[in-house]
Amino acid sequence: MTSPSSVVVVGASAAGLSVAETLRREGFDGRVTLIGEEDCPPYDRPPLSKQILSGAWPEERVWLRDDVRISGLDLDLRLGVAAVTVDPAERIVMLADGSRVAYDEMVIATGVRARRLPGTEGLAGVHTLRTLSDARALREALAAKPRLVVVGAGFLGTEAAAVAREAGAEVTLVSDIEAPLSDVLGPEVGELLIRMHAEHGVKIITGVMVREVLTSGGRAAGVRLADGRVVEADAVLVSIGSIPNVEWLAGSGIEIGNGVLCDEYCQAGPGVWAAGDVASWIHPTLAERLRIEHRTNAGEQGMAVARNILSRGNPAPFAPVPYIWSDQYDRKIQIYGLPRGCDRFAVTEGSLAERRLIALYGQNDLVRAAVGINMVRPVRAARALVATPTPWDSVDLTRQGVTA
Amino acid sequence: MHITIDEEKCVGAGQCVLAAAEVFDQREEDGVVVLLDADPPEEQHAAARDAVAVCPAAAIAVRE
Ligand SMILES: Cc1cc2nc3c(=O)[nH]c(=O)nc-3n(C[C@H](O)[C@H](O)[C@H](O)COP(=O)(O)OP(=O)(O)OC[C@H]3O[C@@H](n4cnc5c(N)ncnc54)[C@H](O)[C@@H]3O)c2cc1C
Ligand code: SF4
Repeated sequence: MTSPSSVVVVGASAAGLSVAETLRREGFDGRVTLIGEEDCPPYDRPPLSKQILSGAWPEERVWLRDDVRISGLDLDLRLGVAAVTVDPAERIVMLADGSRVAYDEMVIATGVRARRLPGTEGLAGVHTLRTLSDARALREALAAKPRLVVVGAGFLGTEAAAVAREAGAEVTLVSDIEAPLSDVLGPEVGELLIRMHAEHGVKIITGVMVREVLTSGGRAAGVRLADGRVVEADAVLVSIGSIPNVEWLAGSGIEIGNGVLCDEYCQAGPGVWAAGDVASWIHPTLAERLRIEHRTNAGEQGMAVARNILSRGNPAPFAPVPYIWSDQYDRKIQIYGLPRGCDRFAVTEGSLAERRLIALYGQNDLVRAAVGINMVRPVRAARALVATPTPWDSVDLTRQGVTA
Repeated sequence: MHITIDEEKCVGAGQCVLAAAEVFDQREEDGVVVLLDADPPEEQHAAARDAVAVCPAAAIAVRE
């Protein structure tokens, strides 16, 4: 197999940039076209719900690379224009401005977008948080110290609730699950998060869905819950998950479902690859189809895809140890592996009461995940228990409980 | 090769240490990156470049 002479990367964010950079770093000197719908250089999203929302950082801190570094990559950079269709047989991508770009290899890195509540599109006072302009709009709304309802208690909702509270907003967090992040981290850590947010003055309503956003004078005025209760508000943040940006691939023959469906090499077909939030691939050692919406994966998967493209027919399966972090108030939560769906839970260092701990999560008698709260170096050591299959019973557990 | 880090951007992910343990460490208390060797020897260059690529906070820069 020969090396390609041109690569098109669709999506100019963390994953797309990682593909482009790795191609150059590995010595690829062909054409690299990077296409991004957003009208700005590649930027980082995690600070959007943290330092950008709080105003602690000026916006330019989110650029992933400075101009010098971007121009050093010698890219055919197309910003502010979306890819609208692709013909994988002819290997041509069509852009919204009518131009066509031929490729030998294409990488789909179009990420995800925020899921909305039906009927709230364009409604004043209703926010989502995915882009820099979303973060700007919400930060401006917070300046008035509004009554804010956050719908959804995942990573995004809980982080934004913490920042909004610290900015002086009156915050109500509404979630259909029993405790913040309890679907991922189990009831023990969920309970810890409830207490932490409550102590900071966040009102928490769990175990109930939001039925509709109420309006008054053409603006959001609150939400009505499934049990009929009404929470009045000046602003509503909808953080109920996301939708992969795959519609532009419909009819192309590229297999899509919950993301772009790839094999263990992150390849979706001849000349077609995917990386980042949009990519669904088969993790070879976990033997599971995964789509990971976290920042570290975007960089690592982009790097893996670039290397596979240049591998002359000898691609390597992509087998990362998933890593996630989240900052809430003065706590840093770090997660290695996949705690969701585990049936064993044990705190091995620190304690839930101190809110400083290492917890292990297990399934099928193996350690599946290690979670740290404000224990940064120990959790890196605990990563080893996740990186290689480790029998649950071989670990020295100071306390053992069962999740769910 | 010269390496610089931006402590304020660092999120304490430790990916840099996993990629290049000779070049990076983390502070005990908050996990913020510690640069062990700002001008690492040749044999560390590839690992240091990997660290730049996998750092999820764009907190590491190398000049060559
Ligand atoms: C507010 C917020 C906070 C987060 N915090 C954390 C955190 O603390 N820790 C963590 O691990 N992760 C966090 N994440 C997740 C992390 O940011 C994502 O995993 C990461 O951005 C994924 O990168 P990506 O390149 O795959 O996709 P994206 O960042 O979604 O980028 C995809 C890009 O493709 C563009 N695009 C879409 N369709 C097209 C098209 N047809 N043509 C051209 N371009 C297109 C989009 O405009 C976008 O710029 C956070 C995300 C958000 C939104
Ligand atoms: S990988 Fe980046 S964010 Fe993580 S500790 Fe190193 S410098 Fe900090």
